[in-house]
Amino acid sequence: MRAALRIPKLAVYVAGLVPAAWTFYLGLQDQLGPEPIKTLEQELGLWSLRFLLLCLLISPLRRVAGVDLFRYRRALGLLAFYYAALHLSAYVALDHGFDWPAIGRDILKRPYVTIGMAAFVILVPLAATSNNAAIRRLGATAWARLHKLVYVAAILAAAHFLLIVKSWPAEPLLYAAATAALLAVRAFPSVLRHARRAAESVIPGRPQA
Amino acid sequence: MRASRSFFLPEAQMLIRHSPDIAPSEITPRSLYLRRREFLAGFGASLAFAGAAQATPLAATRSPFSTSEPKTPRTDVLAYNNFYEFGGRKSDPADNAHTLTTKPWKVRIDGLVAKPADFLLEDLIEPHALEERVYRMRCVEGWSMVIPWIGVQLSEILKRAEPLGSAKYVAFETLVRPEEMPGQKGLLQLLPWPYVEGLRLDEALHPLTILAVGLYGETLPNQNGAPLRLVVPWKYGFKGIKSIVRISLVETQPKTSWNIQNPREYGFYSNVNPNVDHPRWSQATERRIGEGGLFAKRRPTLMYNGYADQVASLYGGMDLERYF
Ligand code: HEM
Repeated sequence: MRAALRIPKLAVYVAGLVPAAWTFYLGLQDQLGPEPIKTLEQELGLWSLRFLLLCLLISPLRRVAGVDLFRYRRALGLLAFYYAALHLSAYVALDHGFDWPAIGRDILKRPYVTIGMAAFVILVPLAATSNNAAIRRLGATAWARLHKLVYVAAILAAAHFLLIVKSWPAEPLLYAAATAALLAVRAFPSVLRHARRAAESVIPGRPQA
Repeated sequence: MRASRSFFLPEAQMLIRHSPDIAPSEITPRSLYLRRREFLAGFGASLAFAGAAQATPLAATRSPFSTSEPKTPRTDVLAYNNFYEFGGRKSDPADNAHTLTTKPWKVRIDGLVAKPADFLLEDLIEPHALEERVYRMRCVEGWSMVIPWIGVQLSEILKRAEPLGSAKYVAFETLVRPEEMPGQKGLLQLLPWPYVEGLRLDEALHPLTILAVGLYGETLPNQNGAPLRLVVPWKYGFKGIKSIVRISLVETQPKTSWNIQNPREYGFYSNVNPNVDHPRWSQATERRIGEGGLFAKRRPTLMYNGYADQVASLYGGMDLERYF
């Protein structure tokens, strides 16, 4: 099972950027429905959150199920950052037409935008240090400590989504629940141990991770 | 109970002062009037058929209250709706609302009126002349449309019930029918049902306030609130309660659904106001649906959605930050 996935990393980047390219293409073709700007903006934000959560899934996946996708973790994290950057660009350029005073007011006054911005600001140093040279320069311990900030970014991103909506529709709640679950398995290692034992009893003889 | 007072005449006269001058050419010519009677008969007949919703053409006279701005494409008006009885996404009503049966449709008018009654929709509408009103519609979420509604002035209908002097507000209620409204059942229900709305009596009697039975020349599509909905063009769209089954005249300010759901964010008045932001987003600008694709610009939101000349006097001296 562990040997099964040997997709080149480059393919992950390329495939990961397809939704952005496709959505933008649909927008140019006037195929994004009545509110194309909003749809594009939302789609980019959603993919950012999805990649962020996928990134957080890698480590529990290995520990619980023995599926090792570690070699793709950096790609997923960077994709989350690229989508956040595209999402922010769509917000600045298309949604607000570079109306900087309005954008500034929005960021300062609207908690959900402030929180989204905070998530983005956190992702910047993480993206900037997602390369081997940076890991060497920082040293593994400092690098790992810095990258713990990804949990904060995930919490902020999920909160950002929850704060946008009217009433309580399912989608942001599901993403918030997924975020909470991925953080819980880290905060409470016993959850992981139980999960692994359960997995082992189902798949006897599975090699240890 | 006290007998009804002749409540309407002074009120109506007061309101006429706010309305724009009606050009002589706007007065309906006799031939058109007669034709309209035929179509009205058609309206009644079409509504009398029980069964699935079928868009039926409606004839209506043009109204001087109409804006001449370009109309939002019909496909967008029918595809992009907030109607939480059918789900929380904008596309849900168009996808799900076909299950709603609107024939027969009964509307109860009760409360502080001399003549409470249950009406069949056709009996409620048929005595009145249908008008086409092309109105701006501003959603509280920051988008807007221009929609050619067909309907009758709410004041005309209320008049028939003869409101008592004690009536100060009008309360409206939407159908509750979970078998046909998927948003009204299941785990995650977005609002308490029935959806309820309300207006001050003077707002309800204002000539801009209509009960719509159609749009774009046809009976209302289900997703737009068939068969009968409220349209109050100077208020945020959610005040325009859909699929109305009850209209009650009451003495105290009625509860309204979004205000119940989140009183900090949605007030009873909910007049369009670019200077009073929603707690979570600015109301200073809006995006007009169907305008310019990916590179469209926002446009400034107008006070009372551009109807300030007609309605600002209703709110003279009121603190609009407080009564949002
Ligand atoms: C890591 C960073 C971010 C993530 C993961 C993220 C994610 C999301 C998600 C999931 C949505 C909801 C999409 C939907 O409704 O389907 C959203 C909407 C939104 N985000 Fe972000 N976001 C981020 C950063 C930002 C930043 C930096 C800004 C602006 C400064 C921003 C502004 C917005 C706005 C305005 C919306 C609402 C769009 C609309 O519905 O009109 N976000 N974001």
